[in-house]
Amino acid sequence: MVSKLTNTVNWESQLLLFVKNPDSQLFVDVSIYIVYGGLMFQVRIHGRGGQGVVTAAEMLSIAAFLEGKHAQAFPSFGSERMGAPVQSFCRISDVEIRLREPVLEPNAVIIQDRTVIEPSNAFGGIVDGGFALINSPDKLSCDFKSNDVTVACVGATEIALEHVGKPLPNAVLLGSFAALTGIIKIDSVIEAIRTKFSGAIAEKNVSAAKAAYDKIS
Amino acid sequence: MLLQLEGSQAISRAIALCRPGVICAYPITPQTHIVEDLGQLIHSGELKNCDYINVESEMAALSVTIGSQAAGVRSYTATSSQGLLYMIEAVYNASGLELPIVMTLGNRAIGSPINIWNDHSDAMSVRDAGWIMLFPETNQEAADLHIQAFKIAEVVKCPVMVCVDGFILTHAYERVDIPSQEIVDDFLPLYKPHVSLDTKNQLAIGTMVPPEYFMEVRYLAHKRQSEALGIIDCVGKKFQEKFGRQSGELIRTYNTENADTIIIAMGSVLGTIKDTVDELNAQGGKFGVVSIVSYRPFPAEAIKAAIGNAKRVVVLEKALAVGIGGILSKEVELVLRDTKAKVVSTIVGLGGRIITKKMLADYLLQDHYEAEVFLGLNNETVEREHKSIKSCCCKQKVNQ
Repeated sequence: MVSKLTNTVNWESQLLLFVKNPDSQLFVDVSIYIVYGGLMFQVRIHGRGGQGVVTAAEMLSIAAFLEGKHAQAFPSFGSERMGAPVQSFCRISDVEIRLREPVLEPNAVIIQDRTVIEPSNAFGGIVDGGFALINSPDKLSCDFKSNDVTVACVGATEIALEHVGKPLPNAVLLGSFAALTGIIKIDSVIEAIRTKFSGAIAEKNVSAAKAAYDKIS
Repeated sequence: MLLQLEGSQAISRAIALCRPGVICAYPITPQTHIVEDLGQLIHSGELKNCDYINVESEMAALSVTIGSQAAGVRSYTATSSQGLLYMIEAVYNASGLELPIVMTLGNRAIGSPINIWNDHSDAMSVRDAGWIMLFPETNQEAADLHIQAFKIAEVVKCPVMVCVDGFILTHAYERVDIPSQEIVDDFLPLYKPHVSLDTKNQLAIGTMVPPEYFMEVRYLAHKRQSEALGIIDCVGKKFQEKFGRQSGELIRTYNTENADTIIIAMGSVLGTIKDTVDELNAQGGKFGVVSIVSYRPFPAEAIKAAIGNAKRVVVLEKALAVGIGGILSKEVELVLRDTKAKVVSTIVGLGGRIITKKMLADYLLQDHYEAEVFLGLNNETVEREHKSIKSCCCKQKVNQ
């Protein structure tokens, strides 16, 4: 379920590209910022300890790496307790990434658990032309400071239960992320899942990610 | 081979390429992933002819490492924070015994209050322990410096500590080029011990040294470290020749020519600093950066030469000597005492406090610098807590 809130273009602050995802019916805005001569796309992932929030950022960085890009993934440290709100970050760029601050102005946020949206200020700093991908079977009404945010809700936990047999939405949402943003290809996501996991667990997650990809496409 | 790896994995693979014979470590956050990964490399057979020895503490970990190195085997350990403090007696022994051990320090704050996040307090607590101490800026450099560390240690006959920012580097995935075994073997030949405990050819090391000789032993250690400056530089250049990228050496400069303000720092914060400086310079600023890679031995002459005619030197450091202030800043001040440069001591990022580009840019753009700044300090909290300090018997309040 994808809803486009508005479609204003701020030409002064960003180079806005309209990208047609080749496998998708959807036109999406990919706001790409010119950073030090290179292009950088920043992602922040929110969820709870045990949902694979950190692994999601790592897999996303591996997917980007497989496409020849520079990528940096790291967790918000110290809160790795089951159930505690956790964040992880991923930067994707054509040039070396030197910046090591947390992602404060994300081009995309991935919400693995909608109950952390408010306490974690999960939409904080999201840029014009950005994306919010939310694990929710129902459409959520979201309050963005910027009203140029593409929102997609995917029942990732349900898809994970169906394909993986466990309520782990991380790989599922990366499939949706590929379809929604066009920043990485679904094939790279699949290869990243197979890098991080092996055997039956990998294949179950791959089929879950594919199903989530198709749901957005 | 280019790989997308966690910093800890990059380090453990670099260590494995150096063919250690003994690894002995006790897990502590944020160092744990490194030694876990090495354990797996041994278990899977990727790292051959290497014993992983399990022990009950950090004191035992470094003591076993000392023992195996003294028996003529290339040996490695790793720790962080309180773990380093727990092994501190052995830290001094390792350098005093001239054993070329390599240890990774996953930099983390020291309690109390307990805090698992990154700063340089642990490294600074052993700055005078006679080890060579190197600070990488990226995971690529962290991997590369470990390969260089064994070479430097074995040439200088001095242990080397590679101080890697905990979490910020150890837990970050990024692109790392892991070299081939052949090229590392060529750069770092098999270990030929200068001393080896052997029951067939008996000798003793670490015997008591009386006052007649003790000063000479210490002086020689100091002299050897001064000479190590040249060796670290040379090994860095040899590494670049062989591996095709710059990693290590004593210091690195960035935009320092014609800079009127130069920022000095160590470790992973340098990337954020360089991005900040690029933005400020694009708006007409004149900022440069000096990265200190070799903290011990301290590259005084190299720093002095790099500062040139800069008017101001801002030292950004993640450690604090309570009762006197910045540590690195004091050392830089000493080096620059005959120059016109004003040294500004800036304490940042203690206990993992986030350092942002905006925070650095706002700070660097101000007209007037205090001599000592705690960047990002919450003054409200400080004032509230400070009010609770009672007057002493002579009716004087502290810091009034």
